[in-house]
Amino acid sequence: MSDDIYREIILDHYRNPRNKGKLPGADVSIHDSNPLCGDEIDIHLKVDEDKIKDVKFEGRGCAISQASASMLTEMVMGKPLTSIRDLSKDDILENIGLTSLGPARIKCALLSLKVLKLGMVKYYSDRDPDSARKLQDDSKGL
Amino acid sequence: MLQEHGSFDVERIRKDFPILKRTVSGGKPLVYLDNAATTQKPLAVIDAIHDYYTNYNSNIHRAVHQLAEEATLAFENSREKVAKFVNARSTEEIIFTRNATEAINLVAYSWGRANIKKDDRILISEIEHHSNIVPWQILTSEKGAQLDYIGVDDSGYLKMHEYEKYLAGGKAKLVSVSHMSNVLGTIIPVHEIVKMSHEKGIPVLIDGAQSVPHMKVDVQKMDCDFMAFSAHKMLGPTGVGVLYVKKELLEKMPPFMGGGDMIKEVHKYETRYNDLPYKFEGGTPNIADVIGYGAAIDYLNNLGMDKVREHEIDLTKYALDTISGVKGITLYGPPDPQDRGGVVSFNIGDIHPHDLATIMNDHGVAIRSGHHCAQVLMERLDVAATSRASFYIYNTKEEIDTFIGALHEARRLFKI
Repeated sequence: MSDDIYREIILDHYRNPRNKGKLPGADVSIHDSNPLCGDEIDIHLKVDEDKIKDVKFEGRGCAISQASASMLTEMVMGKPLTSIRDLSKDDILENIGLTSLGPARIKCALLSLKVLKLGMVKYYSDRDPDSARKLQDDSKGL
Repeated sequence: MLQEHGSFDVERIRKDFPILKRTVSGGKPLVYLDNAATTQKPLAVIDAIHDYYTNYNSNIHRAVHQLAEEATLAFENSREKVAKFVNARSTEEIIFTRNATEAINLVAYSWGRANIKKDDRILISEIEHHSNIVPWQILTSEKGAQLDYIGVDDSGYLKMHEYEKYLAGGKAKLVSVSHMSNVLGTIIPVHEIVKMSHEKGIPVLIDGAQSVPHMKVDVQKMDCDFMAFSAHKMLGPTGVGVLYVKKELLEKMPPFMGGGDMIKEVHKYETRYNDLPYKFEGGTPNIADVIGYGAAIDYLNNLGMDKVREHEIDLTKYALDTISGVKGITLYGPPDPQDRGGVVSFNIGDIHPHDLATIMNDHGVAIRSGHHCAQVLMERLDVAATSRASFYIYNTKEEIDTFIGALHEARRLFKI
């Protein structure tokens, strides 16, 4: 089981996270944590014509939460906001190759998606209240 | 296997715990090293609860029928056992609560609200569990009072000169400290702490949640004014905590929760409260589990608390000796097993404790990972989390070997 989780790629993203750091002039910054584990993630977004122009994350926590955040930033960089709105938890778990996590650890893998969705809620709250509501509901299920 | 401590026969003890026969993670024998969180229950405790519900289930203290008499007797027997176990002067000083957390909150809401005033100080320490921090934050913010933290040094010992300094400041009105750290295992110099505080006329609450299950604790010798502990960390069921309070203080304390059982007479606009300790036990208590707790205390008394402590020192010494040789290990807490309980907190390389716990679980080893409800201490140690193995009467050196083996497996996976 652990051999399937702690693969080379997860350890690589854990030890050499991509797009990690602050993002001066970000349009949206959002923070959340997992109270059970204490994993923490901040996501910063720059948005340009409904596209993610730049994304950075900050955080600390287990290999799963941090590798997942790093991989998520690569996944959404340059993508239209609508595609992020429709990202599901299965998309994330497949992307990081962890489809058999137990209930205790799945929250670690999904924390960054939750933070990203909450960031989008903030972005959409004035511009598109319907999308904001959908994202808010989505984030509750993560 | 031969045990080193005469009558302390771990293999025989293990037979009394049905759960230790099960396997986890696809057929691995369970190695349960999360005893500081909660302990497993011997059959005697499970049977006592079963017996109550099967044979004499009834509410207590009021009805005159036979079942009620039997249930009341069994419930009060448990109180007697608890009083003797910690050497209280009388059962009037033993209050049953839901857990140690509620016991501390009872002191904060009852004694604290009546005695803490603006600008008073409450002294706690950096090793405290959240249950001995948050109630005082609530109280001090309500009263305009302040919390002071006795610091902990790099080896996990309390900085006694800071304690002295805070006492000398003249504003302290209560000292509330944990007898044994649930993270570092540190056993604090409790006699000295109480003596110094009493010289200034300040009462002391001891959080005994980690100490009472693992060593002989005598409230009269210690001379503490309050002590909180809980049943489920000492072979008993969840849902039962104990607050010991010196009678002189208890007599002056206002009630905590109003309701049935804590009263003598209720009129439209006034109430005469019940005698001690019932005045502090509003509502139907957790009868079955208090009775189960009595069986847990019998079990520990049969083993002898000195033997329990000896066994744990032996295991802790073995664990510290073997783990300190593992590459990449950082250990927390006092280096001398005599100064600590059966708790080993550590980190290894850059493996996050939650990842380590997942790998351990593959090997059937249950350890704890995280902040252990002690985030103030985590900040002091400058770590986000630690892994923690904690031992009890049924643990063996072979289990510690399995645990160390799983640590090496984690090193292999993480290439440390």
